[in-house]
Amino acid sequence: MLVVFAGLMIYATLHLPERGNPEAPMHQELNLVGKPVAGAYFIQNAYRDAATPNMVTVVLADYRSVDTLGEVIVVFTAGVACFLILRRRETDDS
Amino acid sequence: MTHKSVSIIILVASRALARVIQLFGIYVIIHGHYSPGGGFQGGALLAAGVILMRMAYGREASQSEVSTGAAIPLASIGALLFAGTGLITLAFGGHYMDYGAVPVPGIEEPIVRYYGILLVEFGIGLAVMTVLVAIFDDMLSVPPEERVEGGAPDESSDPVPVERRNPMTR
Repeated sequence: MLVVFAGLMIYATLHLPERGNPEAPMHQELNLVGKPVAGAYFIQNAYRDAATPNMVTVVLADYRSVDTLGEVIVVFTAGVACFLILRRRETDDS
Repeated sequence: MTHKSVSIIILVASRALARVIQLFGIYVIIHGHYSPGGGFQGGALLAAGVILMRMAYGREASQSEVSTGAAIPLASIGALLFAGTGLITLAFGGHYMDYGAVPVPGIEEPIVRYYGILLVEFGIGLAVMTVLVAIFDDMLSVPPEERVEGGAPDESSDPVPVERRNPMTR
């Protein structure tokens, strides 16, 4: 059962378009305004804009950097909340 | 976990592994421009090295890397390094986080963006690493009278039973 399912998934994967190919059908879609979707722009211009081969890094830290700043603030807030809830006060020490 | 482990295998293996894990964490942060990785993943690896040492050698281990009191301030510095990079670009007239707006003499705009991303990744890595270590330390710092049913009490050699201790006198 598991092998059959895995085989089905692998067979389906073989026909997916190449990763990072701007000619793939999903990058040919038009958004609501009628322009190409943002992913096609990122693929074609990531290296030219930031001289960085890894386009995921460029999207994460440059195009969408404010989003990433929010993620860091979420992590930091989790740390501060744990600090405030769990940390033993120094005056309680023996 | 607050005391040194008794097994020599755990002690030696964790001491050997922790440095390799941390070295790989630094590699993941710096090499994030060319391969999968970045600040979040590398920061988690750096924190894993510190937490591994503290699990094996007790709470006082590897305090020189991230001390218990300095974890939250260091996380603030990491987050502010990220936000401050955005503010620098704002000061030079660009949009927030628009690294290319910073005029660095002799370097083209894409290279400036390259180093902007690197600076931001360092900030993310520092924040994630210290927050994870801080959460680990905070969970260990629960008072002993509150974790009697959780496992071994804090002072296992203490002859006074835990139930008879007065929390107000400690």
